Amino acid sequence: MDALEDIVLEAEGLTPEKVKLEMLAKYPTKVARKRARQIVINKVGEAGDVPEIQANVRTTPGLIGQRGCCYAGCKGVVLGPSRDIVNITHGPIGCGFYSWLTRRNQTDADASPDGHNFMTYCFSTDMQEKEIIFGGEKKLKQAIQEAYDLLDPKPKAIGVFATCPVGLIGDDVHSVCKEMKEKLGINVFGFSCEGYKGVSQSAGHHIANNGIFTHVVGTDDTIREGKFKINLLGEYNIGGDAFELERIFEKCGLTLISTFSGNSTISGFANCHTADLNLIMCHRSINYVADMLEKKYGLPWIKINFISASATAKSLRKIAAYFGDPELTARVEAVIAEEMPAVEKARDEIYPRTQGKRVMLFVGGSRAHHYQDLFRELGMITLSAGYEFGHRDDYEGRNVLPSIQVDADSRNIQELEVHPDPEKYNPRKSPEEMERLAREGLPFNKYDGMMPEMPDDTVIIDDLSQYETDKLIELYKPDIFCAGIKEKYIVQKHGIPMKQLHSYDYGGPYAGFKGAVNFYKDIDRMVNSKIWSYMKAPWQKNPELMATYAWE
Amino acid sequence: MLLRHTPKEVTERSALTINPAKTCQPVGAMYAALGIHGCLPHSHGSQGCYAYHRSALTRHFKEPVIAATSAFTEGSSVFGGQANLLQAIDNIFTVYNPDIIAVHTTCLSETIGDDIPQIINKAKAEGKVPDGKYVIHANTPSYVGSHVTGFSTMTRAMVDYFAESSGHKTKTINLIPGYSEPSDMEEIRRIASLMGIQTIMFPDTSKVLNGPLTGKYRMFPEGGVTIPELRQAGSSMGTVALGALASGAAAKALDAKCKVPCEILDLPMGLHGTDMYVDILRRIAGVNVPDSLTLERGQLVDVISDMHQYFYGKKVALAGDPDQLLAIARFLVSIDMIPVYMVTGTPAGKKFEKTLREVVKDAPCEVKIQMPGDMFLLHQWIKQSPVDLLIGNSYLKYIAKDEDIPLVRHGFPIFDRVGHSYFPTMGYKGGLRFLEKILDAILDRKDRDATDINMELVM
Repeated sequence: MDALEDIVLEAEGLTPEKVKLEMLAKYPTKVARKRARQIVINKVGEAGDVPEIQANVRTTPGLIGQRGCCYAGCKGVVLGPSRDIVNITHGPIGCGFYSWLTRRNQTDADASPDGHNFMTYCFSTDMQEKEIIFGGEKKLKQAIQEAYDLLDPKPKAIGVFATCPVGLIGDDVHSVCKEMKEKLGINVFGFSCEGYKGVSQSAGHHIANNGIFTHVVGTDDTIREGKFKINLLGEYNIGGDAFELERIFEKCGLTLISTFSGNSTISGFANCHTADLNLIMCHRSINYVADMLEKKYGLPWIKINFISASATAKSLRKIAAYFGDPELTARVEAVIAEEMPAVEKARDEIYPRTQGKRVMLFVGGSRAHHYQDLFRELGMITLSAGYEFGHRDDYEGRNVLPSIQVDADSRNIQELEVHPDPEKYNPRKSPEEMERLAREGLPFNKYDGMMPEMPDDTVIIDDLSQYETDKLIELYKPDIFCAGIKEKYIVQKHGIPMKQLHSYDYGGPYAGFKGAVNFYKDIDRMVNSKIWSYMKAPWQKNPELMATYAWE
Repeated sequence: MLLRHTPKEVTERSALTINPAKTCQPVGAMYAALGIHGCLPHSHGSQGCYAYHRSALTRHFKEPVIAATSAFTEGSSVFGGQANLLQAIDNIFTVYNPDIIAVHTTCLSETIGDDIPQIINKAKAEGKVPDGKYVIHANTPSYVGSHVTGFSTMTRAMVDYFAESSGHKTKTINLIPGYSEPSDMEEIRRIASLMGIQTIMFPDTSKVLNGPLTGKYRMFPEGGVTIPELRQAGSSMGTVALGALASGAAAKALDAKCKVPCEILDLPMGLHGTDMYVDILRRIAGVNVPDSLTLERGQLVDVISDMHQYFYGKKVALAGDPDQLLAIARFLVSIDMIPVYMVTGTPAGKKFEKTLREVVKDAPCEVKIQMPGDMFLLHQWIKQSPVDLLIGNSYLKYIAKDEDIPLVRHGFPIFDRVGHSYFPTMGYKGGLRFLEKILDAILDRKDRDATDINMELVM
């Protein structure tokens, strides 16, 4: 990769090394030492090798960062977007309240025959002091019963999510769920996703993956019609992204069995092992399910990306290559040929206004990577990027997996031991075929991470702190900054437009072809807006009173 | 339908809360702490707590909401959070340099039983708290009370930590504004200053959570009560606390600690609520009410009389915090609207419920009140017998859309509209704005439902 254009940095006397030092200078020694390993200056070697970054480690108390908790990753992210499950938060009211409709996962309930949609509801045991002292299992049992008795029509599945105090007082949510499952005759299962587990949301993703795999996946063997059956993993239908992808899949003749988890259903998860290929969008949040599906059912996975038009086209071609069907390949090419002109037209119109603008992205476990493609299409330059809860493999690629040291915080998150299912294991491709496809450019189980695709000298920062945010803005003065709601107005007070890449600022979709056009337009609006020139009043720009009154 | 599984028939629930009309203590404590100048709120719990609270407050105010966390891991949950808090205090003062850190606890640290004052003392002993800087705390277990309790407890902590009596009383009056908007806090103070009264208001989130865009980010904005002011509050001649649940505890603590007498009033919403506030201020301070304020009152009376026909007999369903419910119910009754259904998730006590029932005792129909209750129940009541208007936070819009009922947004959180932090609903001016919002909702509906024949130009 080329080094960042000289104009960008050196004209301002800013070397990335200097930026890094400036960010660390104020920290106490111990903190600086730790952060120094999480702030890395990118350098891509001949073989695509990159420097090591420390990631998925504890956030330093008091430093102020972006991360949320294990519960947020489990209930909020992975289980939240499925409409046909009643998700009961077992804990005090807050956790359930804050994860109530705040993540913008759209869903089309009328698309399922049963029409179930519990996503607009917040269910909680609202634990009181009494339960903290005497235990909350009885209340939880009663709450599950009430949800079942009360809701009309009755739910088919109930999930229970443990919050911090539940783990401390020792409520056994799993045995309560087991008992209620037997009693009610519907699927009831629990998640030990107490907020203090792990070091970020990421632990919650893993726990959610394990729970879905254990309790749901493979429980419905119905073979659905369709020649090319796929699952989409790690797509959460923020702002309707999944709808756009469903549109494209349908046009290409691909049958989507299940999405984990956007516009999704628990019923879809149950049946997902009948698909023939798993597509991974957000590697961080869902790779566990993909790995387990492969081990147990022989269902391979490939990494794809539907953020940006070129990435979408590339991903569709990968899918076509996998199935190796000339008709599908032709259809995919036809869809790309049909969709691209509108995208290119929009891009060509906007490009002159966005070219050369500078971006920073600090978000999620995949978005900071994927969205660079979209910015690249607009001619914009990524100066600095990092994940909120990514692991080293999300930065450096999965080839570093064997060398990642499992620390105490990660060791507490269970790794499921998965073996081939004696009846249902069915490798979709022979090892020879897989090898051939890999040689032809379709590698399986492979994700190279964000850093190899980024230019040398970009500053990669894991678990960015508030102080570092302010410093980056002060030093680099980017044209746009991407993160989440907590950072939104802080960045904008600096006078710089801030794009939320969790909620899309309530816009979108941004995935697929139509999504790319939406994104181009939104970024054009933001980086070329005149509102950022309003900061100073006329009398502040020219404070000295020199003229006399006009009428004197 | 958005809430398609809600049945019309109400069945008894003893364990399951659905669509709560409250959230947990720490967010209220964080909000109150942001009303101290130069303060960094600190959440002693796992990262999720502060992430959720900051997100909720940011979505509501569309402003920076800064706070720190002890970032508990499983280890700290077993061994206690002392090491985390000590490290946090050290890092915060070194990196962010606030004047004060206001620590609130969470269900996690409360269940473990962390002793915060002991940890603060240790931090001081280890030199982690620089000279002239402060660390205060409030115990805010999420499994007790609600966000209102958290606000109340942190506000009380301001008294406990700082208020001191100098031995002689000043002419200043303390104002405790309740869990209200920055705009309301501003208005509450404006009224007092119109009367020529010197005030100390705590907390005060105006100019903190409705700040300007200047191109320069200030982590600690201009607004907020200062620590010297909090100290002097102990020498004020009196305290006016607005909203018994949110403000009563601090006012009583100040009375007990520094012998500053207090009056605990309803929130000054609407005509009578504001009358009470102005009248108490007048009596305590011994001043006359200026004509300008009497004029504002007259304008509110004028609009009430002009538009009374549209208010009269309209049924309203309310969800919100107890102090707000009581004040709004009084206002609605005063203009002949009928608050028929009221729920709050906040446990407010039997006495409070009795007061609220007293307000609606002359209603021409049955009034349903559930405290603590939730929005699921409110929706069921509406399904049984509909209302003309909903008043409450943004979550009510799901009921509003399903049942096709106009909604006036009020309270916390409002995630989908702006204005609440800039334009008050308290005081006479605020009353006027609140009336305007109610009237807009009712008349927009009337226009929408009008036929080609009975569409009215003049209303």
